[in-house]
Amino acid sequence: MKLRILSAGPGVTLQDEGRRGFLRYGVTPAGPMDADAFLAATGAAGTEAAIEVSLGGVELAAEEGEIGLAICGGNFDVRLDGRPLPAACALTLAPGARLSLRAGPSGAWAYVAPFGRFDLPKVLGSLATHTRSGLGGLEGRGLAAGDALNILDARAGPKAPMALNAPWLGAVSHSFRILLGPQQNHFASETIATFLTSSWRLSARSDRMAYRLDGPPLAHRFGHDIVSDGLAMGAIQIPGDGAPLVLMADRQPTGGYPKIAHVIGADLPALAQKRPGEDIRFTQASLEEAVAARRARARALAESVRLEAITPELTSELLLERNLVGGVVGDFTLLE
Amino acid sequence: MAGYDAPRFLDAGEAALSIEFGDSVDAEINARVLALDSALQRAQPEGLIETLPTYRALLVCYEPLLLSRERLVALVEAQLAEAPLDRPAAAPARWRLPCCYEGECGEDLNEAAAGLGLTPARFVELHAGAEYRAYMYGFAPGWCYLGGLPQALALPRRATPRGLTPPGAVLIGGGLALVASNPMPTGWYVVGRTPERLFSPSREPPLFIAPGDVLRFEPVNLESFHALDARAAKGERVAIREDGA
Repeated sequence: MKLRILSAGPGVTLQDEGRRGFLRYGVTPAGPMDADAFLAATGAAGTEAAIEVSLGGVELAAEEGEIGLAICGGNFDVRLDGRPLPAACALTLAPGARLSLRAGPSGAWAYVAPFGRFDLPKVLGSLATHTRSGLGGLEGRGLAAGDALNILDARAGPKAPMALNAPWLGAVSHSFRILLGPQQNHFASETIATFLTSSWRLSARSDRMAYRLDGPPLAHRFGHDIVSDGLAMGAIQIPGDGAPLVLMADRQPTGGYPKIAHVIGADLPALAQKRPGEDIRFTQASLEEAVAARRARARALAESVRLEAITPELTSELLLERNLVGGVVGDFTLLE
Repeated sequence: MAGYDAPRFLDAGEAALSIEFGDSVDAEINARVLALDSALQRAQPEGLIETLPTYRALLVCYEPLLLSRERLVALVEAQLAEAPLDRPAAAPARWRLPCCYEGECGEDLNEAAAGLGLTPARFVELHAGAEYRAYMYGFAPGWCYLGGLPQALALPRRATPRGLTPPGAVLIGGGLALVASNPMPTGWYVVGRTPERLFSPSREPPLFIAPGDVLRFEPVNLESFHALDARAAKGERVAIREDGA
């Protein structure tokens, strides 16, 4: 069968867990922005890759047969033939039906995972799309209206749509834990204090490569050049203009701006779900706390995702929530 | 000996460790990075995810729930004690890369030359007259970082990154040089273009210049650039290997 893209905003791409082993050749890992939601969706669908949906939204249809889909991510407006569904759900898409995901009250990314496999070639061992280098996914680019994705071993999902539930999903956070360094000595202690006590606004100039933060500019002690070295996801670089850049899934493998800190791994999925215009703060953690949080996250992820019947209360609650926030959705444009 | 007396172990989050051997671009420091990288590649301890050698540091990505930081550091120290990390690598290959500095190829050349107080002609003379060592790949596919930029061409990176580079960009910034295959935004200056495809995922191997190799840039005019570019587009290697291998 085929999944047909009826419409797609900018930044909708195919992702798997990411490209491993090629950092040394300058190849970006890519992979999901929110690894927790990605794993929930692909776990529920029993597959390895998913469509990552940006705030631009997507509309899908099934052709030549029905297919199960698991959806999980930020609090998106999910509808099957116009009927609202929980933002995390599993369903069967039959030919003639139309599934839509649009930006909802919160969250920046959602995942649509098929009960089946994408029939696409792996590039350097992965399906993950990195649009800047044109690698992976469908021809190395974002998905667009008219694209048809061939699905192998397609299976149906639940007959009636069901809510997808995991205790660790959907937590909205405003504060994110960091480990200082490695270049914290490039900043005066007052500058580090400013970094830790300020409220930072996520800039509209943010994308899968980096989240740019607006706030008080952070001054360097020895200029903004260091000898380029490797970059991990969550690294917070301070370029010459003093505006922090949090490096995300499409980060460059190396860079030459000093890194004041790193966001701990357990807090990266929730950070990825922040939207331009939203405010965040950082708090300092120890290495022990970061590893403990990582262990707790790994335990939570090991618990299986539950499928639950959609109750009328749940649906009306969702509708009420949308009515309350309807006025603030949709004025954001994603910059690539 | 160049670099630090003992390597520094610096956390890059809880799942990556940067092992620094110095804070400068230096062939000896880089050789130690490459040697530790090979040693860890051979050892392959459980929980080691990936290593990324750069100029003066090795980034070790690991899973701390499988390999504790303490055990990783002990393992690295054992490797450093066992293996002499400054042994010379195999004789490096020597490459001559065509480079066009003219017109739209050297889109930031005038700006960079002015920033250095040089005429564009003098800039090209100095840039093409130098011999470069390939230190590492990074930033983007086939972005090959080079040492050996003449001191007179040391210009800081831009305060704010510029837009997309052209394919095959030859760049300077932060006192360093690089030659880059894929277009990316950058804080460096585009001073020329090579028609060579440094990275091609469908070619085996996708990259042919290895860290440790020696490079020179050979100035070509726009007409030659376009002719060589057409040949490179068909899969031909237009870089010339000078050591006869």
